[in-house]
Amino acid sequence: MTKIIIFLIGIVLIGFIAWWFFGQHQVQAEQAVVNDDQQNVDIEVKGGYSPERVVLKKGVPATLKFKRTDASTCLDHVIFSDLGIDQKLPQGQVKEVKIDTTKPGVYDWACSMNMFHGQVIVK
Amino acid sequence: MKITMRFWTALVLSLPMLAEMVLHPFTGWMLPGGEWTILILTTLVMLISAGPFISSAWASFKKHHANMDTLVALGTLTAYIYSIYAMFKHLPVFFESAAFVITFVLLGQVLEAKMRSNASDAIGKLANLQAKDALVKRAGKFVSVPIAEVVAGDLIQVKPGQKVPVDGVVVSGISSVDESMVTGESMPAGKKPGDQVVGATINQNGTFEFKAQKVGRDTMLAQIVAIVKKAQNSHAPIQNLTDRVADIFVPTVLIIAIATFLVWFLLLGKSAGTALVFAVSVLVIACPCALGLATPTALMVGTGLGAKKGILIKNGEVLEAANNLNTIVFDKTGTITAGHPQVTDVVGDKHVLAVAASLEKLSEHPLASAVLQAAKKSQVHLRAVSNFRAIEGQGVTGTIDGKEAFAGSPASRAAGTISDELTKQIATFEQEAKTVVVVGLAGKIIGLVAIQDVPKKNSSKAIAQLKAAGLKTVMLTGDNAQVAHAIAQQVGIDEVIAGVLPTGKAAAIQKLQQTDKVAFVGDGINDAPALTQADVGIAMGSGTDVAIDAGGIVLVKNDLMDVVRALRLSRKTFNRIKLNLFWAFIYNVLGIPIAAGLFAGIGLVLSPELAGLAMAFSSLSVVISSVLLGKAKI
Repeated sequence: MTKIIIFLIGIVLIGFIAWWFFGQHQVQAEQAVVNDDQQNVDIEVKGGYSPERVVLKKGVPATLKFKRTDASTCLDHVIFSDLGIDQKLPQGQVKEVKIDTTKPGVYDWACSMNMFHGQVIVK
Repeated sequence: MKITMRFWTALVLSLPMLAEMVLHPFTGWMLPGGEWTILILTTLVMLISAGPFISSAWASFKKHHANMDTLVALGTLTAYIYSIYAMFKHLPVFFESAAFVITFVLLGQVLEAKMRSNASDAIGKLANLQAKDALVKRAGKFVSVPIAEVVAGDLIQVKPGQKVPVDGVVVSGISSVDESMVTGESMPAGKKPGDQVVGATINQNGTFEFKAQKVGRDTMLAQIVAIVKKAQNSHAPIQNLTDRVADIFVPTVLIIAIATFLVWFLLLGKSAGTALVFAVSVLVIACPCALGLATPTALMVGTGLGAKKGILIKNGEVLEAANNLNTIVFDKTGTITAGHPQVTDVVGDKHVLAVAASLEKLSEHPLASAVLQAAKKSQVHLRAVSNFRAIEGQGVTGTIDGKEAFAGSPASRAAGTISDELTKQIATFEQEAKTVVVVGLAGKIIGLVAIQDVPKKNSSKAIAQLKAAGLKTVMLTGDNAQVAHAIAQQVGIDEVIAGVLPTGKAAAIQKLQQTDKVAFVGDGINDAPALTQADVGIAMGSGTDVAIDAGGIVLVKNDLMDVVRALRLSRKTFNRIKLNLFWAFIYNVLGIPIAAGLFAGIGLVLSPELAGLAMAFSSLSVVISSVLLGKAKI
């Protein structure tokens, strides 16, 4: 009997993992607000990025303000490979990343091990 | 808390448990307080050192993500919580596994962070090369101002031993400048008025003044730093597979770990403790970090190494493309050849060059400077010329020592009578695609000067080495076929495409691309379309900004041997990426089945501690392998 219960728990767990990680889940997106011809977005770095998707207005200077509250070294750099940016994120400090918004497009960012991802959409 | 502090805490707290583990089998020694002491020590490790893993894992779980922290946190928490349960049930415990795994994983991370900052050092060093201030002429006096206040057009003085602050052109003074930090060239370059100087290079012996032309973000150093920065963070197409793997990796491992537990516990009837050890080992050994680090670290080191030698590789894509090339196309003028004509032969006595140079001194013809330079080199004495006259398309005449003198085309009627021997000689020169200047005095031709745009010193050597590497070499030029073939023969080029208009160069490359993977080496503005069209565009250093933008590889120095070095560097870096990926993959492909106990039948098992150690060293070994690339000879 115990064995059957454990087996069932195992199967349910596997099912849950598959659904939780592989299923389609909505990502947290944020549209930047334009103030004084400048748009800023605060991004919390903790177990990933919140928001994970940032929408910026084309042509308005933009700054993403990353703040890492996570102690994990997995997230200690943020890299925008298309923009040639590799910004170190010391824990607890706000680091600004300026985004060139002259060209519309989708720019991905990632941690240095490429495990966590985020996206800037300029339109 | 800092990661190093977390590591030391875990290590110190784990040591008593390690001592017991080592000593117990021989002496029977146990920690005072037994399992209770171990529980306390491990609990401290879990709270202080493992806490951040757990909170990070939880934060990412809420976002439907999983990463290395998830694996470490789940693995150690499972071991820890099960052991508490087992302790009260009087079953075997494995607290120390949890503590050791944390210690080893942290050790790996500490070392890896050190190595990673080593790997990315090159760019920091480059950026620091810049001078901090400059001696700028303000209100008639040279005063020291911060570099940020220097503007284009400023007159700047550089004393011996000082760094040249920005890019510009020398207006007075003579010196030699060590440019190795920018060009990779170890020989100092002589500077005189009219010569270009580059910011961050070091003035050696003389004092000179120069006019600033490019400051701030426009200087060559700033541009190099920008290119390298971009390259270091770029993606290589080979990475695409690992990107996809990384996304599904951790959850898949979680599923494998649960399945491992179920198989050992239910199917094979082992105790819950034994089954858990296998499941925990699976969790702990499987980290895709090594996969994630394989490409970026090698790219970082490879592009940094290139930058030190004056070879800028723009991104990982170029690097990968450079590995599949089979044809390399060269522009002729300025790339294979020096780009300015030189006197190659003089027929007749010293008189010939003296007469020619005296006349050409007054001429504005492009070939005139070649004659003057040759005269200067052989130290002939220039004569006074009167009645100077240029005959359009034919040459120049004038009176020297009362005699009518002429220098110009052999076809000109003003040349005078010519011997059969010289006529024959002219034909030979023309066959060699040299431009012939006949020199006449008092109605008689006294000699010939042959002029040609000669290949650069290293051209044949570079082309020979590229051919030895299995590449087909092609020359693409706007010059006529005779000139092109003559140069091609001198340097050993396989194929010549001559008479191509600047606008047709890209089309010619496109045609070659139908069958081949093509690299194009060029330098001028008119080369930009061809540089962009080619699979790999290699822009030579003296090139314009347009050419530098268009090229995938930029050579700071104008030396064809750097093409060989650039391709060699690309190959080495790409091979290192492949090697890294192979080890990262093989490690997981083999590590997970071993950890799951698939080979337990033949006695091959991994304890969670060893799995933790292996996990730590997989990423470390990849980073070290990349750092070693920096020692490669190119």
